[in-house]
Amino acid sequence: MNDELRAPIAFTIMGILLAIVGFTQSWSVSLSVINLCIISSIMAIGVNLQWGYGGLFNAGVMGFTALGGLTAVLVSHDPIYEAWDKAGVGIVISAIIFVLSITALLFVFRNIENKQIRNTLIILIIVFGLIGINNFYGPSIDIIESINPAKTGFLGGLGLPIIFSWLIAAVVAGLVAWVIGKITLRLRSDYLAIATLGISEIVIAIVKHEDWLSRGVKNVSGLDRPVPYEIELQQSEWFLNLVEIINFSKLEAMQSLSSRQDLLNDLVIDSSGIFVKLCYAGLFFSVLLLIFYLSQLALNSPWGRMLRAIRDNEEAASAMGKNIFAQHLQIFIIGSAIIGIAGAMLTTLDGQFTPGSYRPLRFTFIIWLMVIIGGSGNNLGSIFGGFFIWFIWIEAEPLSIGFMNMLAGGLEYDNPLRMHLLGSAAHLRLFIMGLLLLLALRFMPKGVIPEKIQKK
Amino acid sequence: MENFEFINAMVLLANFVIVPALSYGSQLALATLSLTIIYGVLRFSNFAQADWMSFGTMATILFTWLFQSAGINAGILPTALLALPFAIIVTALFCLLIDRSVYSFYRKQKSQPIVLMIVSVGVMFILQAVVRFIIGPNDRKFFDGEKYIVHALDFKNYFGLEEGLTIKSTQLITVIVALVAMISLFYFLQKTKLGKSMRAYSNNEDLALLSGINPEKIVIVTWIISSILITTAGVLYGLDKSFKPFTYFNLLLPMFAAAIVGGIGSPIGAVIGGYVIAFSEITLTYAYKKFFVYLLPESLEPSGLMQVLSTDYKFAISFIILVIVLIVRPTGIVRGKII
Repeated sequence: MNDELRAPIAFTIMGILLAIVGFTQSWSVSLSVINLCIISSIMAIGVNLQWGYGGLFNAGVMGFTALGGLTAVLVSHDPIYEAWDKAGVGIVISAIIFVLSITALLFVFRNIENKQIRNTLIILIIVFGLIGINNFYGPSIDIIESINPAKTGFLGGLGLPIIFSWLIAAVVAGLVAWVIGKITLRLRSDYLAIATLGISEIVIAIVKHEDWLSRGVKNVSGLDRPVPYEIELQQSEWFLNLVEIINFSKLEAMQSLSSRQDLLNDLVIDSSGIFVKLCYAGLFFSVLLLIFYLSQLALNSPWGRMLRAIRDNEEAASAMGKNIFAQHLQIFIIGSAIIGIAGAMLTTLDGQFTPGSYRPLRFTFIIWLMVIIGGSGNNLGSIFGGFFIWFIWIEAEPLSIGFMNMLAGGLEYDNPLRMHLLGSAAHLRLFIMGLLLLLALRFMPKGVIPEKIQKK
Repeated sequence: MENFEFINAMVLLANFVIVPALSYGSQLALATLSLTIIYGVLRFSNFAQADWMSFGTMATILFTWLFQSAGINAGILPTALLALPFAIIVTALFCLLIDRSVYSFYRKQKSQPIVLMIVSVGVMFILQAVVRFIIGPNDRKFFDGEKYIVHALDFKNYFGLEEGLTIKSTQLITVIVALVAMISLFYFLQKTKLGKSMRAYSNNEDLALLSGINPEKIVIVTWIISSILITTAGVLYGLDKSFKPFTYFNLLLPMFAAAIVGGIGSPIGAVIGGYVIAFSEITLTYAYKKFFVYLLPESLEPSGLMQVLSTDYKFAISFIILVIVLIVRPTGIVRGKII
């Protein structure tokens, strides 16, 4: 097939699939899928920058997503003044001690040559740092967590509009990526994968268990929204008029006034949900377009060409005087920042932050599938991968249940085998994902929309 | 009574730190050995290894149920030990099937290690699906037989101490089985012709091929050894605690950490790494308050729990050790071959 045609064909098929869902299930479902598809695509672009441009295997996508989500909470939630009043000082002091200890450690590590003195100093700093932090930290978090634990019990956030968090999430994720990159990027590619896998587990452990920061597994819900609420829409004049105008012919067909009013009410409730989802879709889509545009610019710039040169032949690039470590660090930070943005967007869409829901399969390895099946090194491919794989991930469940019903067709209703088959249908989608990845790697290693190599 | 205080403190430490860490370390060491052998011979980081562990354990549980329903048991030992050899055969066969249908293609293409690593992610998905499909995602206990060798209460009464020492039979079995497995593995690698050719292949593939070593045979043997080790590790872990696919998947990180800390690709390093990770996980998350209460005079008694890290951060520990090793000594403890 002509390579030029691959992208349009792929996206047309995707559009048809989503339309089928719209017609057979409902447009509301289709829009929910699309919103998550867009977020997945942004994550996939982030991973694609790291893997497709830079050849870096980041197995910690989940961690950066969660960081983005945490940022959304910390930016948008109202501050809990009582907690700050009673225990803010303790938390700030422990934070200062923490930063000072890390700075001291770095200083000692870099500047003291004598090994014995260095090691003694390091141990001293760690011990005193821990004692100092424990002195202030423990009592403070007890106080914070005891303040209205059913509703808050944490420090709260800044109380800013949640949309700011998308930008701040990029900064937070980028900073964390900088620290990890500094440690691991000098080493071989496998180490990066394992180290990022580890850091993502730690991030999850922190958001799950540091209740004073994130409420932990008690979740933070009712986050503020960048789009109107359904209930507000249903009560506003202009929205009612809009619904009436759009559904004019349907309403006209009604005979009695009361049935006409009932239909209008139903329509208003339905369309308010769809309208909210459309607003989200519009917001997300603009972010996606912006990130896509910038990534394409970067890809085609001298910087992007240099990165690909490094990816394809490190020795040669190094001989040309390129600093491989610095370039890898840059691309790692940028990619992680994009993943952070997507994480914040996801939490915004959910309206809640649920640390317990972050699982590596869903948030790390699925994203990898998107990039590889879409086409490593091609941003359009990543977008397609994001849409396609997320669509499969969602629709695999009803399909598996249907498949299992077919398998168990001849069996009695309460046959144990039938019950087992139906109960395990949810696991089939893992199988489908694995199979897709293996098939793609084997028969289409360049992905659906392969990387374009420009030859001038 | 000064002396008793000291003995009490030591028994406390043995009961809550040393015995659990020894058995967890042995399980981790076996699992890491299998990871490192795949890495050494087939040259890729196998992300599916933790799921091979749950697959092997699942097979063992199924055989255990079969034996139990047939009325076969091993007396005071858990039935799972009888089921283990059969489960190993099933696991090894499945490993070879996956190797034939998936990995061998990339080996022939001489793909980069990172491609094989991504392929192993695909295998990981499939294995997770298979395991959850067959046995479900829930917690399962499959231990039977005699539970304790030394019971805390008996120990207290016998020695007249305040602290009791519990040794579960699974802990003793773990240590013994792990020792036997490790010794036979090292004997195999060092003394037998096949083991030597495996090491040769791992050291220098081309040279090994030139001297007439059959690569296919090496690959098959590698998968079989890996299945033996990983299934044994999984069964021991499951007997000691319980079997749950997600918990097993989470062992991937400690396994990798242990492999790197010990020196990736080196079998002896894998064993050391396994114990290092296990001991640090448990010593750093144990609350030492009671221990110090025994040892120190009353005026110096600690007020806090005396815990370095809360148990919620077990994963963080393997990672922190990993990072320290990466900074201080990237080749791992046993500096040897890096394959």
